[in-house]
Amino acid sequence: MIRRALLTLFAVIFIYPFVLSLATSFKSRPEVAAHPVTPWPASPDLRAWTDVLVHSDFPLWTFNSLLVTVVATLLRVFLDSLAGYALARLEWRGRGIVFAGVVAVLAVPPIVLTVPRFLVLKELTLLNSYTGLILPLAVDAMGIFLMRQFFVELPRELEEAARIDGASIFGAYWHIVLPLARPALLTLTILSFQGVWNEFLLPLIVVRASPSLWTLPFGLSTLGRGGAGGQSFDYPVMMAGSILTIVPVAVVFIVFQRFFVRGVAASGVKG
Amino acid sequence: MSVEPAAPVARERGRGGLRGRQGLAGWLFVSPALLLLGVFMVAPILLALWVSFRDWSGLAPLSASAPAGTDNYQDLLTHTGVVRGDFAKSLRNNVYYVLGVVPAQTLLALVLAVIVNAKLLKGRTFFRAAFYFPSVTSSIAVAFIFVFLFSPNGVVNTVLSALLPGKIGLVWLDDSDGLIHLLLRAVGVGSPPGPLRHEFLDLSWWDWLSGPSVALSSIMILATWTTTGTFMLMFLAGLQNVPVEVEEAAEVDGASRFQLFWRVTLPMLKPTLFLVVTLGLIGTWQVFDQVYAMTSGGPQKTTLTPAYLVYREGFQNSAMGRAAAIAFIVFVIILVFTGLQRLVLRRER
Repeated sequence: MIRRALLTLFAVIFIYPFVLSLATSFKSRPEVAAHPVTPWPASPDLRAWTDVLVHSDFPLWTFNSLLVTVVATLLRVFLDSLAGYALARLEWRGRGIVFAGVVAVLAVPPIVLTVPRFLVLKELTLLNSYTGLILPLAVDAMGIFLMRQFFVELPRELEEAARIDGASIFGAYWHIVLPLARPALLTLTILSFQGVWNEFLLPLIVVRASPSLWTLPFGLSTLGRGGAGGQSFDYPVMMAGSILTIVPVAVVFIVFQRFFVRGVAASGVKG
Repeated sequence: MSVEPAAPVARERGRGGLRGRQGLAGWLFVSPALLLLGVFMVAPILLALWVSFRDWSGLAPLSASAPAGTDNYQDLLTHTGVVRGDFAKSLRNNVYYVLGVVPAQTLLALVLAVIVNAKLLKGRTFFRAAFYFPSVTSSIAVAFIFVFLFSPNGVVNTVLSALLPGKIGLVWLDDSDGLIHLLLRAVGVGSPPGPLRHEFLDLSWWDWLSGPSVALSSIMILATWTTTGTFMLMFLAGLQNVPVEVEEAAEVDGASRFQLFWRVTLPMLKPTLFLVVTLGLIGTWQVFDQVYAMTSGGPQKTTLTPAYLVYREGFQNSAMGRAAAIAFIVFVIILVFTGLQRLVLRRER
C-alpha cells in the first residue's frame, strides 16, 4: 500500500504540471493570478489560443518544424542504416577504423560544437537556410551505432542467398535486409523525430536572425515574455505554446511507447 | 560427403569476387554518413581548437581574425578580471548543479525502478510511461511550464504554504541567495569571517561556498524531474538481468526485503548504476536550454553555466575565440568522465 501511494504521488508530480498548463492556457490572466493551482478554468477563455494561433507566427514555426523534422529524419534513417549495414555486414578495408571513429564521435557533447558549427555553416553560406537546419542533423553517430548492433545479430543466410542469385549488394540490402530491420528502423525513426523536433541549440545559432525560418522550440522561447520580472509573463500564452509544442511528441509517445523504451535500453548499452 | 570438398572451392571463388565488390560497396555505403559526420562533427572540433587561439568576433570573415596566442585561455584562467570572475562563477554553479542533480536523479530513478519492477504490480505500464513522459518533451516547453510553477504565486509556493507554517512567498527564479548562505544566516552568520574574504579566481571563498542559489535550485529540480524517467528505464533494463532464482534463494534463506535489496539486487545492478552516474555527470555539464529559457544566467550570475557562457560570449558578446576556449575546457571535463565510463565498462565485461 505504501508502495502504491508512493507511485501515485510521483505520477501526480510527473503528470500534473502538464494538466495544469493545459488548464492555464484556457484561463484569463486575472484568473491565473487568483487561482494558479486549479486544474480547470472557471470561465474558459480562448484569448491565449487566439494570440498564439492567429496573432503570432506559431503556424509558420510549426510548418518549419515539420519540414525540418521530416526531411532530417528520413535522411537520418536512410544514411544511418546504410552506414550501419556496411559496418556490420560488408567486408572492406578500413572498416575497423571507421567504426572506432563513429564510437569516438558519440562522445562529443553538442555544446562543444556550438561555435565551430556556426563557423562551418557560415563558411558554407548555409546560415539562415533550411539546409543549414537540416544537414547537421541528417546523420548521427548514435543511430549508426544502433543500426550496426541490430544488423550484426541478423542471420546472414537470406542475403547471401539473394547475392548468389545475382542480386547487387544494394539490392540485397534494400529488398531483403531492410524489411527485416523494421523494428530497428522504427525505433530510430521515433528517436530521431523526437530529437529533431525538440532541437533548440542548432536553430538558435543557425536561424536566429531570420524569423521566417524559426522552428517551434525557438519560436516558443520568444512567446509571452513581455518584459523583465516574473509578473509580466503572459502565462496562458506561454502554456498554450508549450502544450502545442509537446502534443506531436506526446501522440507519437503514446502510440509507440515500447519503441522509446527499446531505444533507451539500446542506448544504455553503449560504451 | 564426397561433394563436400567442392563446396569450399566454389565459396572461395565467390567470396573473392564478393570481397572486391564489398570493398567498394562498403565505402560507398558509409561515405555520405562519413562526409556529414566529418563536416559537422569532426572538422568543427579541429576548427574550434584553432579558433580558441584566435581573436575572432564571429561577424567578420574568419580569415580576417588575428592570432591571439593563449590569450583566450589566460583570460579565463590566469588574468584577473570580469571574464575570469564570470568563468569561476559558472564553474561554481555547475559544480553545485552536478552535486545536487546527479545523486537526486540516480536515487529517485533507482527507487522508482525497484518499485515499478515489483511482482504483482497493477498498472506497471501506466506508471512507467508517466515517469518517462517528461524526458521526451521539448526542453523549452517544459522550462516554460516550470517558470509558471515557480512563479511567486504559483503552484510550488501554494503547496509549500499549505504544508509549512506561514505563507511562503519565494521569488524562486529571481532569488540569488545561496542555500548554504541562507543556512548560515539562519544560525547567525550573515557575513563572511575574515579568512573567507580572500579571493580565488576573482571570486571570494565565501562566494565559492555559497551553495546553489534558490534560482539555480529551481533549475536543478526541473532537471531531476526531466531526466529521472530515462534513468529509471535503464535501471529497469538492469533489473531484468537479476535472476529470479537468486532472489528467491535469498528469500528462502530468510533474508529481509531490505537485506535482499542491499546484498543481492544492488550489487548486481552495479554496472547500470555506474552507467547512470557517468551519463548523469556528462549530461549535467552541458545544461543550456533551461538556463536560456528560465533565467538567462541571472539573478546575479548565479545560474550562469559554462555552456551558457559559451553562447553568451560567442553570440552576444562577439568573442568567438573566448567561447571556443570555454567550450574546450568543458570538453576536457566531459571527456574525463566519458573516458572513466568506458574504462570501467570495459573492465566489467
